[in-house]
Amino acid sequence: MKRLIKGKVTNFNFIIFMVFYGLFIGCRNGNSKETKGQSEDSIEVVDRGSPAIGNPADYMVAGKRGYEQYCLSCHQESGSGVSGLNPPLKNTEYVTGDKNRLLSIVMLGSNVGLKVNGATYANAMPAFDYLRDQEIADITSYIRNSFGNSAIPVTIEEVAAMRKVN
Amino acid sequence: MISRNHREYLIAYKRFILQLCLLLLVTACGEDKKEPEKPIGLKGSHDNAGLSLPDGFEALKVADSLGNPRHIAVTSKGGIYLKLREPVEGHGILYLEDTNGDGVAESRDGFGDFAGTGIYLTEDYLYASSDESIFRYPVDSDQKVKAASVADTVVTGLISRRQHATKSFTLDGKGNIYVNIGAYSNACQEEDRTMGSKGMMPCPILDSAGGIWQFKIDKRVQSYADGKRYATGLRNVVGLDWDRQSDHLFVMQHGRDQFNTLYPEMYDTKTASELPAETMYMLNEGDDAGWPYIYYDQLAGKKILSPEYGGDGKKTGGENALDPVVAFPGHMAPNALLFYGGDMFPKKYKNGAFIAFHGSWNRAPEKQAGYMVAFVPFKDGKPSGEWEIFADGFSGAEEILNPDDAAHRPTGLAEGPDGSLYVSDDAGGTLFRIFYNGNEEAD
Repeated sequence: MKRLIKGKVTNFNFIIFMVFYGLFIGCRNGNSKETKGQSEDSIEVVDRGSPAIGNPADYMVAGKRGYEQYCLSCHQESGSGVSGLNPPLKNTEYVTGDKNRLLSIVMLGSNVGLKVNGATYANAMPAFDYLRDQEIADITSYIRNSFGNSAIPVTIEEVAAMRKVN
Repeated sequence: MISRNHREYLIAYKRFILQLCLLLLVTACGEDKKEPEKPIGLKGSHDNAGLSLPDGFEALKVADSLGNPRHIAVTSKGGIYLKLREPVEGHGILYLEDTNGDGVAESRDGFGDFAGTGIYLTEDYLYASSDESIFRYPVDSDQKVKAASVADTVVTGLISRRQHATKSFTLDGKGNIYVNIGAYSNACQEEDRTMGSKGMMPCPILDSAGGIWQFKIDKRVQSYADGKRYATGLRNVVGLDWDRQSDHLFVMQHGRDQFNTLYPEMYDTKTASELPAETMYMLNEGDDAGWPYIYYDQLAGKKILSPEYGGDGKKTGGENALDPVVAFPGHMAPNALLFYGGDMFPKKYKNGAFIAFHGSWNRAPEKQAGYMVAFVPFKDGKPSGEWEIFADGFSGAEEILNPDDAAHRPTGLAEGPDGSLYVSDDAGGTLFRIFYNGNEEAD
């Protein structure tokens, strides 16, 4: 009988210990989260690479002008598109990947609800085959090298070849 | 042997220590916890949830991290239904409850696996739409959806081709349901949004889209053959409401895009950012608002022939087309309309219209506009004054160049049983509640 009660007392002490331990850990976690957040904020990796040297390529100037006239109203100044309506031009293989696929979307348009990074977009992409080969090469080269993108520019010959195929 | 007295003492001692521990736990960690048994009443958050409001109004966030809530509905007990554009964890409808009256929702439930925009609550049913169909769930006397209830399909087979696919709807309280079937096109060109492409004559889209269709609430699985085209020539309507004062359907049309991109010789970027008007129409059966043949120029106060149909930016047209009752600046994307019947707000708001503007995307390269809730005073079913901004600051920035930079985009409106105005936001996933705490008398 005595041993039994003694056992209960031990359990009881254990419960009290656990409660205090829980209290300690629980309140401590809240604090530690805060300090963690602060430390993440304070670490800012600043490495923007070396500054660009020389003048930007011609296509960056001419392509930007074309982009502003024909593309910007939907895909936006930042190339981020509009959620649910117009797809982004940054961080997507559709822009930086296969040139022929990009050229066919630009020149033939697209109204099939392409999935870009897991999301679909409602608006139709018109065909821009009425633009000159040089304009199309400039604009596609510009978007492949803007908004954080970096990809080999498109040549006027590649646009001409695409026009022949279609 | 331990005496009986000693054992009782031990038990009492243990109980005392345990209670002490519990007290410690509650007081030590409970600093940022609410006390549920003591309702503190409605009080706006210190910054009114970031919103700027007229004098005497306050706001708070009911909930956030809600996904993409579109239209909303509030029960007679203050429970809130939200229709989600994309299901979250398999739920396309959320149900929130604020159990302690502080305005902040404590409980969150979900059901219905379909994506969509429209939701509407009556005493007997909760109606909700996908992009093709309208469903309804039976509700109990507190307007809560009965557990494990299965939705009935009221309407189905509506055209949904991505562009303007959402099916907003409302009821007239007389057995009819009115649903928007948006045009899957910008301006009914042969090639959508393509420079130099002509407008189709007549526009073939209008036989099954680009208008409001009427169906019955008490028939199941209706489609085009069971309903009728109530009004046509509406490009896309997201916000609509039945006005009990005039006993009429009112709709907010999303005006067409891209005047400058498609017709740079007629419209410069500044003009194209302002035109055409976002229009409010009061509809009667058989009305035609004129899309795609005309648009409304709020600066000239005229219906102008669309450039796809021979217009030059000045030629008027649409002699038989409806005139809007209110014309707002272009591209602000009116996503909800609500006639206010509550008794909480000052009397100028009674029976007036609130409009939630989602905010523009195609004013670029000009800065974007909208991202606010507007108000239009009404008297005897007609606007009785100019429209004004009611709640602003949703975007969280002075200037928005790109809509994805906006913190919040107003999308849905609902009136609570106490007269509070609820505003949903499908970009930041927040639900706002706006209420009046001033001294002005309500009607």
